[in-house]
Amino acid sequence: MDLRDTPEEAAFRAEVRSWIQEHMPDELRGHRGGAARFEGEALRAWSRELSDAGYSGLTWPSEYGGRGAPYSFQAILFEEMARAEAPPHVGVIGLGMAGPTIMAHGTEEQKARYLPKILSAEEIWCQGFSEPNAGSDLAAVQTAVTLAPDGKRFVVDGQKVWSSFAHIADFCILVGRGDPEAPRYQNLTYVIVDMHASGVEVRPLRQITGEAEFNEIFFTDVEVPRENLLGEIGHGWQVAMTTLLHERGTLGFALTTTLEVGVRKLLALARERGADDPLTRDRIAREWIELQALKYTNYRSLTKLMQTGIPGPEGSGVKLHWSEQNQRLTKLALELHGPEAQLLDGETGGFWQFQQLRSRGNTIEAGTSEVLRNIIAERVLGLPRSR
Amino acid sequence: MNFSFTDEQEQLRQEARSFLARKPEPQWSELAELGWLGVSISEALGGAGLGFLEEAVLFEELGRALYAGPYFATVGLALPALGEEQLARVASGEERWSAEIDGLVPDLATVDWVVTEAGAARAEGETLSTMDETRQLGRLADGDRTPLAGSLDRSRTLAALACEAVGVAQQALDLAVEYVKDRQQFGRPIGVYQAVSHRLADTYVETELARSLAYWAAWCVAEGDEQARIAAAAAKAFASEAAVAACERAIQAHGGIGFTWEHVLHRYYKRAQWIEAFWGFPAALRAEVADWAMEGARDGVPVRVA
Ligand SMILES: Cc1cc2nc3c(=O)[nH]c(=O)nc-3n(C[C@H](O)[C@H](O)[C@H](O)COP(=O)(O)OP(=O)(O)OC[C@H]3O[C@@H](n4cnc5c(N)ncnc54)[C@H](O)[C@@H]3O)c2cc1C
Repeated sequence: MDLRDTPEEAAFRAEVRSWIQEHMPDELRGHRGGAARFEGEALRAWSRELSDAGYSGLTWPSEYGGRGAPYSFQAILFEEMARAEAPPHVGVIGLGMAGPTIMAHGTEEQKARYLPKILSAEEIWCQGFSEPNAGSDLAAVQTAVTLAPDGKRFVVDGQKVWSSFAHIADFCILVGRGDPEAPRYQNLTYVIVDMHASGVEVRPLRQITGEAEFNEIFFTDVEVPRENLLGEIGHGWQVAMTTLLHERGTLGFALTTTLEVGVRKLLALARERGADDPLTRDRIAREWIELQALKYTNYRSLTKLMQTGIPGPEGSGVKLHWSEQNQRLTKLALELHGPEAQLLDGETGGFWQFQQLRSRGNTIEAGTSEVLRNIIAERVLGLPRSR
Repeated sequence: MNFSFTDEQEQLRQEARSFLARKPEPQWSELAELGWLGVSISEALGGAGLGFLEEAVLFEELGRALYAGPYFATVGLALPALGEEQLARVASGEERWSAEIDGLVPDLATVDWVVTEAGAARAEGETLSTMDETRQLGRLADGDRTPLAGSLDRSRTLAALACEAVGVAQQALDLAVEYVKDRQQFGRPIGVYQAVSHRLADTYVETELARSLAYWAAWCVAEGDEQARIAAAAAKAFASEAAVAACERAIQAHGGIGFTWEHVLHRYYKRAQWIEAFWGFPAALRAEVADWAMEGARDGVPVRVA
């Protein structure tokens, strides 16, 4: 056990720290995230800079445009970005889900075609999993992904919903019903859909925050070339599990990074407001302590990942705890505003008001907290299945 | 960055676990023979010359087994105050120690000497009836005090307690998981009901978070890291609350049996509460963390020394 940086890690940390200092435009510091990421070019340009410097896809193999760096470098990058309150790369779904899924199940052509442009933020991805009648129960999706009689293309028909960034996305990773006759879990097919293809219609959905980050997508006789298949026909469930593993697993670090920025801002706010009553200080300390707990839990699973290639089960609670903590933290921040908590154009420009409302989505997106508790109960603790 | 125990340390954990499973109430002399008393005492003095991380492993396993002897008092509490001759006698099992904290002495009846602010005292005085019967508190009688070579190390003690709390939480969770898999009501094992299983999932998550904090604190103590004080306060605050909650949920999951004197759970529960109360309740420790984090210069995020 040694929590210090190795000489290589220390050198990388120093490199990243000075690079961010030199390259990050000041107005991006502490960016609030959300749909505002895609207003104007600033964050795409920042993402491209991150990519040109080799900081996106840090752990991806070099043949796919990554750096082949150890996971500890990824952790260091996130830590340094949190320290500088630097906004993350905009290609959240491409980097966190589509990319790793393509690396695991894609053909060489697919990897060469898609991965570099995910890293450079030239192409944005969305995830078409949820449907009006299939949310937590993903295996119940009904969107048809039917192989045409000529065997050269699929025809996609159906509706997806809550699809983040679909309104600006170039591609969609989509799970649909490939074989209506086959039994559950053997009937799904996973394809890459060009969001600019004819028959794809995106309707933004206004969220609790007032902005539209997620969308409905309607697919009407959309033609998808056969080479866009990921995995095999009828094996979409297995491919989707890879996506979800990455969505819930390796995102732990990214999530903890956003929380770290939140705790830093909370402390700054508390100092500014002279929060000195013991109750408030107790709650602040709790946020700080639990941030460290998440952070060191990430380090434990990271060490296991580096030693064995598989992250340990302890990481499975990170998203669950993070989401609930983020909800609690953002409420505390509002409370520190006192009677001005309702004002959207106060000193912090509505930052906390936005974060508080946005945090309600944290326990729903990427697996609801109830579903995550089911997963821990059944797969980690070995309790009997509830369904 | 490497946040895992070494193979040797993991081996020590396995040995401790299987030994304590066979023999949950070992004699003091057996602990000496196993080398557990002198883990961090130098080889010249008859110890193993290892460090606090090895001790941390033992605190966790002894907590899990709810060991009742004065191991925590001697090794977790008094050790840093002792001089060489005393350390040699601890390693050989000849002397057991405790310390007076907030006017109370853990395991007063089963130790030989007590560290006080004024020096070493013979362990004489009154044993008080204590909720946790496996670790009774006592009050020292007046008497002679002889000077000591060292002094207590609160961070080290809090880190030890955090590790012990993790052991307690894990055992409470394991007992509950086994029980709800077996116990049937309404024709199904009660573990299928989410009101039962989700609480245990919460215990799992909290136990893992507590473990991360406890190991972080243990590492800081072992390395003399400048964050040791704050890490230990954070770890003891969180881990002791997690252990108490783990026991409470386990008791609830056991129904009536969980409420009996006969079932072991109440003893874990009382130990968890003992840990929570000793040398600073969680709220007091959080006040220390808040003072530190709110101090102007801090950015609230620990800087890992490069
Ligand atoms: C901000 C945000 C962004 C999103 N982005 C995307 C995206 O990009 N792509 C995408 O495909 N989807 C996305 N989603 C959708 C998200 O994955 C689903 O909302 C989620 O899986 C829940 O599905 P549902 O909304 O149909 O709710 P339901 O599944 O109907 O759940 C409703 C309630 O019932 C509970 N419940 C359901 N099943 C069980 C069970 N077995 N045990 C206990 N409780 C249960 C749930 O926990 C929840 O509280 C996003 C959602 C949000 C909020």
